Amino acid sequence: MNVLLVGTSHRLAPVEVRERVAVDADRAAALAEQLAADGEAVCLSTCNRTELYLATAEGDEAEQRATGALADLAGVSEAELEPYLYRLEGEPAVVHLFRVAAGLDSLVPGEGEILGQVRSAYEGGAVGPLLDRLFRDAVHTGKRVRTETAIAESPGTTSSAAAALAAQVFGDLSGSRIAIVGAGKIGALAARRLIKRGAELCFVANRSEDRGQHVAAELGGTSVPLDRIRQAIAAADIVVSSTSAANYVVAPEHVNERRGRPLLLIDLAVPRDVDPVINELPDCYVYDIDDLEAVVQETLAGREAEFAKAEAIAVAEASRFRDWLATRDVVPVIASLRERAEQIRCGELAKASGWLGGLSERERDAVESLTSQIVNKVLHEPIVRLKEAAVAQERRGPENRVEG
Amino acid sequence: MAEQLVWPVLFAYGEAAVAYAGNARTPGALGRFATWGVRVGWLAQTALLVAQAARADGFPWSTWAGSLNLFVWLVVGAYLIWGCSPRFRLLGLAVMPIAAALLAVSYVAGGTETSTTTAWHDVLLVGHIAFALAALAGFTVAAGLAALELWEERLLKRRRAGILQLRLPSLVALDRLTVTTVAVSLGALTIALLAGVARMPGHSLDPLIAGAVAAWLLYASVLYLRLRTGRRALAARLALTGVGVVFVLQLGLMLTHVA
Repeated sequence: MNVLLVGTSHRLAPVEVRERVAVDADRAAALAEQLAADGEAVCLSTCNRTELYLATAEGDEAEQRATGALADLAGVSEAELEPYLYRLEGEPAVVHLFRVAAGLDSLVPGEGEILGQVRSAYEGGAVGPLLDRLFRDAVHTGKRVRTETAIAESPGTTSSAAAALAAQVFGDLSGSRIAIVGAGKIGALAARRLIKRGAELCFVANRSEDRGQHVAAELGGTSVPLDRIRQAIAAADIVVSSTSAANYVVAPEHVNERRGRPLLLIDLAVPRDVDPVINELPDCYVYDIDDLEAVVQETLAGREAEFAKAEAIAVAEASRFRDWLATRDVVPVIASLRERAEQIRCGELAKASGWLGGLSERERDAVESLTSQIVNKVLHEPIVRLKEAAVAQERRGPENRVEG
Repeated sequence: MAEQLVWPVLFAYGEAAVAYAGNARTPGALGRFATWGVRVGWLAQTALLVAQAARADGFPWSTWAGSLNLFVWLVVGAYLIWGCSPRFRLLGLAVMPIAAALLAVSYVAGGTETSTTTAWHDVLLVGHIAFALAALAGFTVAAGLAALELWEERLLKRRRAGILQLRLPSLVALDRLTVTTVAVSLGALTIALLAGVARMPGHSLDPLIAGAVAAWLLYASVLYLRLRTGRRALAARLALTGVGVVFVLQLGLMLTHVA
């Protein structure tokens, strides 16, 4: 059995192609079932990738089937789809999946959504011993990378930095309320990021009521005129401000006493909307565009090191998987060795049954147990050596293949 | 034989302290080693305490060194409730070296031995001491949490660009945990004080009782400031400085109440 991957992703295919091969969870499960035939298959489909993982003994035939399935999904010929496809086999396929689960191959590197998508694909897949272990290890790799590196804490844009800072203050953002001051695109984008993390919009305070209502309707809040900004801020935990006003729009008198409830003010406007004096008030934290840029720069600088760590984890886990596969190869040999030893033990006991006839049942049980223990102890060393030799051979193998 | 359990405990706590220090410099696998050190050490210490309880005739931690042993177990236990999550590893760096050092002191002074020469049969006294120790352990952990909260608050106020890289718990989570820990510990201290009063009604006010009442008032103020007036930062500062009162109390408890 061999691990085979045929797929397409944002690295090769434009969105027009990706959207045609993307499938929902039910269709992914049906496709996996169809492709599994007498092997195993998993279909991982997200907005950025559709990948088919197969564990199969017939490499070429399985590859043809997978390519055909993707071409059918896209509604084009295999030749037309060819430039957008990649194929990996053996260890490169394993490393690829582990990198995907770790978020290293994502459009926004380090994003966490992919791990849940890999888990869903695994749960809906037609898995057997090989892909079961492969996907469990992939999920484990994703978790390890998120626990042991700060890759997920690396926002690449000011709006994602704002969302990450909000999470630093409030933790889980579900239940946190946002007020937008100024219904521009930048503010709405930052609010969308926060909403994606579980926050909810309460007010949009804007000079133009039409525009404010439009954004409020789109994101699910209430539009209020700018002179009711005090009410909007009082209800909010996070304020996102991005007006084109020449002076401060949010002044200290607009902020009520917070009584221990933190207030994060994200000022995305230039010139600034939020009076920096507010940062001196208890429980208020003001971040302007320069502060957010600095957070992005800092995390980008640290990101390279975190990436190297995450890559090392993915490679180490792939190596562990390879070792497991290598020992799996010798399982039939070990089983037959044990079976033969058991036959000999039972045969010898049968031969000695005349001598043992006089023993009580308890004594016979003791003899059974004793002989079993002797057999196990004798076999232990050769079995360990057999597994080690299989791992060593796999590591030395010129092709470095991953087969089960 | 059972007293030999102190060695794996000391080793595990020491390993956790070193691993936490390493993890603070380079976050990664060392954090997991630290977490396992805390878990294994606490389980081994639990076994040690069970062995002590099984062999003693009455309350087995009746010496100051014994009470220190119990105190360390309570502190690490309180930390273990949530401290093993990756974002609380900085708190572990503060807790585990102290735990290891105090346990070593307890061992040197004979607090980890399994045969006790003095034993208490007075249930009220045992309850009084046990709840007081639990409260003190809780206040110690609350001080660690408050320190972390104040530090994070400072980083946010100063808009430090590297704050996300530190992978700290959220400010709101730290605030909630500090308040919860103080509330639970204050409950335990209240029970301890009531048990003390019930045991010796009419007992005159000695410095230790005055200290315990002062600690009760101090931590009640922490809760009042946080929950009634919303002065979060001031409450955290008070919870942090209160740890000084806690240590004076602990010292007083050791030197006067226990042999």
